[in-house]
Amino acid sequence: MGLVLLFVGLNQSWALVLGIINLSLISAIMALGVNIQWGYAGLFNVGIMGFAALGGVSVVLISQQPVTEAIDVGGLKMLFALALGAITIVTGVVLNKKGFNKWLIATIVVIGYLFTRHYFSEAADVIEKVDPAITGYLGGFGLPVAFSWIVGGLAAAGAAWWIGKITLSLRTDYLAIATLGISEIIIYVVKNEDWFVRGVKNVAGLPRPVPYEVDMQKSEWLQNIVAWIYSSDLELLAQSEQVAQLSAYVRGASVIFVKLCYSGLFVLILVALIMLSNLALNSPWGRKVRAIRDNEVAASAMGKNITRQHLQIFVIGSAIVGVAGALLVTYDGIFIPTAYVPLRFTFLIWVMVILGGSGNNLGSVLGAFIIWFMWIQSGPMGVWAVDMISSFAQEGNASLEFIEDRVHYLRLVFMGTILLLIMRFSPGGILPEKNKEL
Amino acid sequence: MSDSIDIINAFALLTNFVLLPALSYGSQLALGALAVTLVYSILRFSNFAQGDSMAFGTMIVILLTGFMIGNGWTVTGIPTALLVIPIAIIGTSIYMLTIDRLVYRHYRRIKAKQNIVGITASIGVMFITGGIVRFILGATPQRFEDGERFIFSVREFKAFTGLEQGIALKTSQFLTITIAFLLVAFLFYFLQKTKTGKAMRAYSDNQELALLSGIDPDKVVQITWLLVAALTTIAGALYGLDKGFAPQQYHLLLLPIFASVIVGGIGSPLGAIAGAFLVSFSEVLLTYAYKKFLIYLLPLSMHPKSLVQLIGTEYKYAISFVILVTVLLIRPTGLFKGKVIVGE
Repeated sequence: MGLVLLFVGLNQSWALVLGIINLSLISAIMALGVNIQWGYAGLFNVGIMGFAALGGVSVVLISQQPVTEAIDVGGLKMLFALALGAITIVTGVVLNKKGFNKWLIATIVVIGYLFTRHYFSEAADVIEKVDPAITGYLGGFGLPVAFSWIVGGLAAAGAAWWIGKITLSLRTDYLAIATLGISEIIIYVVKNEDWFVRGVKNVAGLPRPVPYEVDMQKSEWLQNIVAWIYSSDLELLAQSEQVAQLSAYVRGASVIFVKLCYSGLFVLILVALIMLSNLALNSPWGRKVRAIRDNEVAASAMGKNITRQHLQIFVIGSAIVGVAGALLVTYDGIFIPTAYVPLRFTFLIWVMVILGGSGNNLGSVLGAFIIWFMWIQSGPMGVWAVDMISSFAQEGNASLEFIEDRVHYLRLVFMGTILLLIMRFSPGGILPEKNKEL
Repeated sequence: MSDSIDIINAFALLTNFVLLPALSYGSQLALGALAVTLVYSILRFSNFAQGDSMAFGTMIVILLTGFMIGNGWTVTGIPTALLVIPIAIIGTSIYMLTIDRLVYRHYRRIKAKQNIVGITASIGVMFITGGIVRFILGATPQRFEDGERFIFSVREFKAFTGLEQGIALKTSQFLTITIAFLLVAFLFYFLQKTKTGKAMRAYSDNQELALLSGIDPDKVVQITWLLVAALTTIAGALYGLDKGFAPQQYHLLLLPIFASVIVGGIGSPLGAIAGAFLVSFSEVLLTYAYKKFLIYLLPLSMHPKSLVQLIGTEYKYAISFVILVTVLLIRPTGLFKGKVIVGE
């Protein structure tokens, strides 16, 4: 793997390599979360995308500055509408528990819903009209971005708790279907509710936990280091050219430095998570979890509460996915709801976990690196293949243009085939789980 | 005054914009849900590839339709797509049998936990199928119906009845409802009366016992895939005739289809149909804007100013999900007792 990355670095660029490494690290964190669910407990989460999106949303909500004007005109109204909705739901649930007439409850809920919707759409309208080209939403809390990673994890955990509570005591495929549903709905909400996180208008310019390139270029010590590294190159040039060349080098170096900062941050988080989960897996808790996975009936006979255990694991795993989702948006610096597609977020992560070896944390990390590299490089490779063919074919060949246009869809087929091949011929993955004595 | 006319007008409006669309959408969902139920009963897993398989079947229909029209082989009045469905079914059957041979058969042989492995494998199949469809047809929406668009149009209906509000019956709606009805009737006859159908039900109830009675499991599975291919292709083609073809749309159909199956009771064909209509009617009824309807019924002073729409159309998939969650909370076995809690 390292050699392949070295090859890319020499042939393409070092910034690209660091980009691949950083995204692999984030994917690895996400894969770790899924591995906890799937590898430790056999829980099937088809809604990774939704939990990652919750992480992304929380970055916007935590780190963006509040839009005071929008809050002044619509904040209270929105709060009122949401409170009304919450009261309606709570009333419905409480009355239901007390055993009131079902029709009465239904009527109350419907009336409550209609009022909520009325105030809600009014508030949303007002908020979205505030300078729609730049804001048009309530903004966030203006807190340091690092908080959002925790909040993202908590948000994902909350959603997972709710879904898990409903489906985990039932059949395994209900969890899969419900997670699929909730993830699509989360994406729909994020795309359509402009007052919330600007919908498809995106939120750009999210604050960073690491320095900006522009600031780095002004800093003395970076300039000194760059000058020292390239001193032999620079000496060959004339005095006037040296300055121009140096600033070009500094610009390149600043990009790499920022990316390295991110890499360090992600590695720290990843290592901490792996250590924690390995510790957990080797503890009595871990033995219990694996016992339940391997033989539910026996574990249940031993007095273990299976549903509760599953819920716990599902929530923990989803929280990690949420954190990874928040990290991803922080790294991108921009929140793009349309970027959330199941292939990129749900399916790719699955392939990573299964390729790496489900149940093995290091396997997930390895899988993340391999699959992400293939995913990133399969684009250029596809274009390269088309170029190869086109050098033989005539200019403007209709079928060639057709292939050029569609070649990226073959990535779906490619990844699907990898998944099926691993499942069929090497179900343990590259690094199979070590069979420990229970 | 003309109160009674207003009421008739209001209900004509409702028929045109709620009843007919919901009936045809429900029929399309029912066929898809039956396919999922069949796979579930025989092969014991929830087939996540259903939506994309429908897109695959529709893709063949679209390609053949283009070919037929290109050669001028059309029949006036009938959508060309209808003529090519039988050939498309054969194509889809071959695809599904190949997939079964390459992917699913292995897990039956090794007696893996079919449910969980089947879901994982079918998700792989889902992406492969989706990739193939997008590669061949692209991801942009397209329409492929031709021939007469309406059995009778709004204008003809108004001229005939003299009402202010017209009802139009689209050819695609008429075809959807008729074909779905015939197909479901055939399927039930097949499962209840024929020897193969009985073998399938026996196999679904108890695999070991069925094997002991000399039922050939491979044959049962193959017949299942053939039926599933037919249902899938027809459901996909009818949906496409009605609403146009877009791969992403088909992929998302998975949600209402699963909701239908679970609401009805997983593994119960009758439940799948009931569930499909429940889902389709809730979706259409909740996203319909009742403004015009209320204007007909209410006195002038009470006329609504807003659209009177309960849920925005952009959230129609959320409705399936809410129905799904509600059923899981209240009655996890579904309306018709399906095979629930104990799985694998």
